[in-house]
Amino acid sequence: MTERYEHQGKGRDLQKQLLLDWYRRLETAPAEGRKVAYLFVPGNVAELLRAFDFEVCYPEINALQCGIKKVSSGFIMGAEDMGYSSDVCGYVKNDIGLWKQGNSGPGGQLPKPDLLLCTYCGCTTFIKWFEALSEYYDVPLVMLDVPYLREGKPSEGDLSYLVGQLRELAVTCERISGRRFDETRLSEIVALSAEAEDLWVDILQSARHRPSPFDAYFEAVFFMAPIYALRGTRECVEYYRAAKQEIDERVAHGVGPAGQERFRMVVEGPPPWPSFRAFWELFKEWGAVAVASTYSKVGGYWDGGFRHDPRRPLESIAEYCLGCYTNQSLPMRADLIRSYVKDYQADAVVIHSVKSCRSFSVGQADFREEFTRERGIPTLLLESDLVDPRYFQHAQLKNRVDAFFESLEHRRLTGAAAGATR
Amino acid sequence: MEIRNRARILEEMVRDPDLAAVADWKRGHAGALAVGYFPVYVPAELIHAYGMLPVGVFGAGGAVDIDHADSRMQSFICSISRSTLELGLTKRLDVLDGMIFGSICDVARNLSGIWSRNFPGMMSEYIHYPQNPESAHAQAYYRGELQRLRDRLGALAGRPVSDDALRASLRAHNRNRGLVAEMHRLRREEPWRLTRREAYAFERAGHVLPVEEHSDLLERTLAILRTREGRRRDSVRVVLEGSFCEQPPPELLDVIEEAGCYVVDDDLLLGMRWFERPVPEEGDPLAALARAYLEPGVTTSIRHDGRRKGEALLQRVAAARAEGVIFSAAKFCEPALLDCPLMRAALERASIPSLAFEFEEKMGTFESIKTQVETFVESILFFGPEERVAGGAP
Ligand code: SF4
Ligand code: SF4
Repeated sequence: MTERYEHQGKGRDLQKQLLLDWYRRLETAPAEGRKVAYLFVPGNVAELLRAFDFEVCYPEINALQCGIKKVSSGFIMGAEDMGYSSDVCGYVKNDIGLWKQGNSGPGGQLPKPDLLLCTYCGCTTFIKWFEALSEYYDVPLVMLDVPYLREGKPSEGDLSYLVGQLRELAVTCERISGRRFDETRLSEIVALSAEAEDLWVDILQSARHRPSPFDAYFEAVFFMAPIYALRGTRECVEYYRAAKQEIDERVAHGVGPAGQERFRMVVEGPPPWPSFRAFWELFKEWGAVAVASTYSKVGGYWDGGFRHDPRRPLESIAEYCLGCYTNQSLPMRADLIRSYVKDYQADAVVIHSVKSCRSFSVGQADFREEFTRERGIPTLLLESDLVDPRYFQHAQLKNRVDAFFESLEHRRLTGAAAGATR
Repeated sequence: MEIRNRARILEEMVRDPDLAAVADWKRGHAGALAVGYFPVYVPAELIHAYGMLPVGVFGAGGAVDIDHADSRMQSFICSISRSTLELGLTKRLDVLDGMIFGSICDVARNLSGIWSRNFPGMMSEYIHYPQNPESAHAQAYYRGELQRLRDRLGALAGRPVSDDALRASLRAHNRNRGLVAEMHRLRREEPWRLTRREAYAFERAGHVLPVEEHSDLLERTLAILRTREGRRRDSVRVVLEGSFCEQPPPELLDVIEEAGCYVVDDDLLLGMRWFERPVPEEGDPLAALARAYLEPGVTTSIRHDGRRKGEALLQRVAAARAEGVIFSAAKFCEPALLDCPLMRAALERASIPSLAFEFEEKMGTFESIKTQVETFVESILFFGPEERVAGGAP
């Protein structure tokens, strides 16, 4: 980043503080008698849990932190020593290795769950993961079964099944937390979620500007943390207000995240956390900016119009779960990517395919076939892992990225690229 | 006909990637449709009730090379899903009028999406099985899902189906499940009467033949088997676990048994044995099916039932009087691979020896597995309990 960006970071500093505070609260929860709920980012029903004063803990975010702090390797090997195959989801192995080695992560000491809530929202590996944690922690698994969007939209039956389960979950929460379920309080929390969601969508859609003021993948993965971890709190709204100011300022100055913006891309798939910077550099070198990404929608798809609704708190929580990107069918995912290419005037699609995350990756090669062959959208498919550093082959990835953008550039120079603007 | 020959013919039939048996059936039933299903539990009862032929599509079993599917499904994905797609792309499944998938894992789920994208002309359906059996709403939800499938098949058939026809189908499948269970009982009690590979061929044929025909076949076979002598051996009784979806090459079953084991329980072709009790044949047939699905049945890696994985396995080991467990998971099969450490730890606590390896549809050689199983058998023979009874004797 150039000099003037260094001074932009108000949102980032605030976020750092918020996340530090959050992990501190988790660390002190057992001693201070606060109950802890484990759940997944996709389909997270944090609003409902907050209504019972649960602290929320996301094993995925813990794994991600280990990846980015480059300590995942030891945990993954630890799990492999316990008999976990080298081919299974790296997040699961990171988390189980972390547990085995005392549960002290980069954020601090992690508490044991009082409520192990499997928000089964798309990824079936979630179930396997929490079934294992249920045995390791000796805590019963509570299931929230989110019907997959197999028909493009949820049916009445899907909704009533899910709302019914949420009511049952509320009873379980009452029992574990010892607090009464207060729907008015839930509505207040849900209203705060909606406020933050509005701001977050503004930020996401700012990438329609040319140049885009922010990178909707490499930066969005940080910007999105509070909407997952802290949604439904006042702090979360404040964070997005600060972040939005930051973005507005960038728009006003016509500046973006990658020096001069030369290519606009839509990115699909989670990033390789242990090599995050190196991976980003591969694109920065080409002035390639992500203007939209699907990974930033795994914990909620708000730019499609959905908002939590204080007038129908439980129903809207159910709708939120159903709509998360992880719960969308492959045809829906392909439609979304194509619509991003169009709406954000992107030049290309980049797919980061994570071998051990089949929930995402199975079907990505099919996307590439369709986009390139049938739709004429230049598409690059790269493979590595999201937390396992063994699978990040820097030189090889660099070759692929360079060759891809070289050919895009060539097409542009020869005028072959439709939609090229400069 | 001699059991061995009959088994060989059936094995050839189910291994045929061109599904000639299905084409034959369609020729003999003018205008009738055939609908394929991917494992593990798709309610074939519904397909059958419409007079359609339900056909298990369990990959290509190594019979074809992955040429076309390679560009659409990457190499780190289990062979059953890649080869099933290959069968589709090479038009071998054109004989089918539909394909149904269920929510057993991320791969099967996404394969259903790839399917609908690549074969828009073929009916393709995806069932989301309820994974919260504790919810009071799960049954109504799943009944609705079955109703949706019923309507979808009705649209394909061009006519509705009556509850009576559905109940008749439940009856036919109950009878079939009873006979399959009988075959398993025989294998458990008198495993020398036919090899696991032979039994497998008889069982697997039920995923291609019409259910009534298959039941008759099983009945006749069982009658012969009760008097067939077979060759008794002093084999180690083992439970085979992890092959509930992708099926190992039948040769692997021979390799395991020839290395000194009797496979006395397993989860091969689990779909047909899912329910432990007959589905009630009275009342609302869809509600009966939904209820049966939600009852605690066989514990598996692809359905959450609240039970600990190891616990259920230990019960099965005890019921089968097995001396060890062999985990044979398909390479890249995440549900099986993620459960394996939990199950092995539970076995270890109970001092039951176990062995784990992975298989693929296309395996060049079984040498290394054979050696592993032989060593496993030896260790049980030499370090097992002294009072160890000779393998097959109950
Ligand atoms: S498979 Fe992918 S989506 Fe599922 S838990 Fe692992 S990383 Fe997350
Ligand atoms: S073999 Fe395993 S991973 Fe593959 S489709 Fe079957 S259950 Fe899923």
